[in-house]
Amino acid sequence: MIQVANLQVVFGRGRRANPALRGISFAVAAGEVYGIVGESGSGKSTVLNVLSGLWRHWSGQVSIDDRPMAGRRDRAFHKEVQMVFQDPYGSLHPRHTVDRILSEPVAIHRLGQSQARVLRALEEVGLDSAFRFRYPHQLSGGQRQRVAVARALILEPRILLLDEPTSALDVSVQAEVLNLLTRLQRERRLTYILVSHDLAVVAHMCRRLAVMRRGVIVEELTVEHLRQRRPRHPYTRQLISASIGYDRQAAEAQAEIDAEGEGD
Amino acid sequence: MTATPATRPQRGSLARCRAWLLSAAPQSRRQARLGRAYLAWRHFAENRLAVVGLGIIVLLVAVAALAPILAPYSPNAPALTQRLLAPGPAHWLGTDELGRDILSRIIFGARLTLYVVALVAVIAAPVGLLIGTIAGYAGGFLDTLLMRITDIFLAFPKLILALAFVSALGPGIENAIIAIAVTAWPPYARIARAETITIRNTEFIKAARLQGAGPVRLVWGHVMPLCLSSLIVRVTLDMAGIILTAAGLGFLGLGAQPPLPEWGAMISSGRKFMLDQWWVAAMPGVAIFIVSLGFNLLGDGLRDVLDPKAEER
Repeated sequence: MIQVANLQVVFGRGRRANPALRGISFAVAAGEVYGIVGESGSGKSTVLNVLSGLWRHWSGQVSIDDRPMAGRRDRAFHKEVQMVFQDPYGSLHPRHTVDRILSEPVAIHRLGQSQARVLRALEEVGLDSAFRFRYPHQLSGGQRQRVAVARALILEPRILLLDEPTSALDVSVQAEVLNLLTRLQRERRLTYILVSHDLAVVAHMCRRLAVMRRGVIVEELTVEHLRQRRPRHPYTRQLISASIGYDRQAAEAQAEIDAEGEGD
Repeated sequence: MTATPATRPQRGSLARCRAWLLSAAPQSRRQARLGRAYLAWRHFAENRLAVVGLGIIVLLVAVAALAPILAPYSPNAPALTQRLLAPGPAHWLGTDELGRDILSRIIFGARLTLYVVALVAVIAAPVGLLIGTIAGYAGGFLDTLLMRITDIFLAFPKLILALAFVSALGPGIENAIIAIAVTAWPPYARIARAETITIRNTEFIKAARLQGAGPVRLVWGHVMPLCLSSLIVRVTLDMAGIILTAAGLGFLGLGAQPPLPEWGAMISSGRKFMLDQWWVAAMPGVAIFIVSLGFNLLGDGLRDVLDPKAEER
């Protein structure tokens, strides 16, 4: 579904040139959830920016759905590939109602039946139709991120790029949004690329993941390997040990929430 | 925010209306928009001075609209037997050197003032907004080109540039309006560009681009609405300056021509009698002062309401 080979991105020019990606390669199969972890500045978000077409200055080969990607993306591409951003407070237009936010992509792609689509999208992300004419400032962080997910899904894309979709949310809401994303992925057989600095989130969602550091993928491994703490690369081991203390607490909290059942 | 005691007893349609406006779950786009407007109004109304400013502007509009009914005398017909009368029961604000009633002239002059202010705002604000948002959004060469043009206009003092334009176009109120509009847009372009540059890189613009929105849709539907509030505030605060520039041009004989009752021209003709018949120049001066004050108070109030940072509450 997605093939990336020797992808390079350099920010700046001349003496101030700063290589953000130094030739990375990976492949994601259709219907797979692929994780990319790494500390901030490792270039993991840059990968998503290149894939989505937001960043146009790169070299290497990127193909999506067996079509090689070049500078500009056409409208059909945007219908196939959508993205959910990190900060739900920044990714929704402050002066647009939920209704307008959701119906705009429908209008851009001339899909028609805007009202029915908006109502269905709200239902799918578990938001009551009473939210339809609210402004983002009348919503909580979790509700906003649900709207952002609904906006990404209203075009019925097959690929969803997730840029730290839960890191701006508090822990209880994180689980809700992750469960929502997992459910939607199963129902619609979506392909996800999930970028996160949080190993627990990636382990929860993905089967395979890449560990990035300073613009290169240092290791690609499966979640089983991660769980058994058998990574080969010392940096991965360091990441795991750094997250262990937190990991256990998070796992316990998660178990409690799951036992209580899903609720707000 | 709680309801004020004065409005509490009326529990009928008014309360229902308010509940409808403040509903957390609006049923339509219109209700959502009206609810927002109502909240903004409540916030605005908390500022007493701003309400006073709004009152002055509303009064100005009403006086201009009802000038033929309100004015006790004709504004232009001379009555040489009644020259330079002091304010009194017959002529509340006195008469000028041709015996014309100053109150009537000020009332009719309100129309000219409003005409100038409205036309300048209607011409300059959209031009500035368009140039600023396009420059800010496009960046690169277009940005440089548009901003250097803006810089050229900004390099001249406003009144001097307006004077140059009027003397090239010929005196008259329409030419004065064009001249003022031409000198008024550059600051708006600057503001709009600055706002656009901060908006351009936000995630909601990126999200819209990822949905396939083109540049026209982005600038018109996403960037402009956010620039609008700071622009409205700036235009309102500039109104006083526009009035003063128009009056200045009138004073110099380059704006409205006699016998039009333009306030600046009235001060100019009253200048000759400043020491003995002070009211001839002072009364239109007071009118300019009050209206300018009104626009400034209104602008301050609007700034409190429309400031994007106050939005979060």
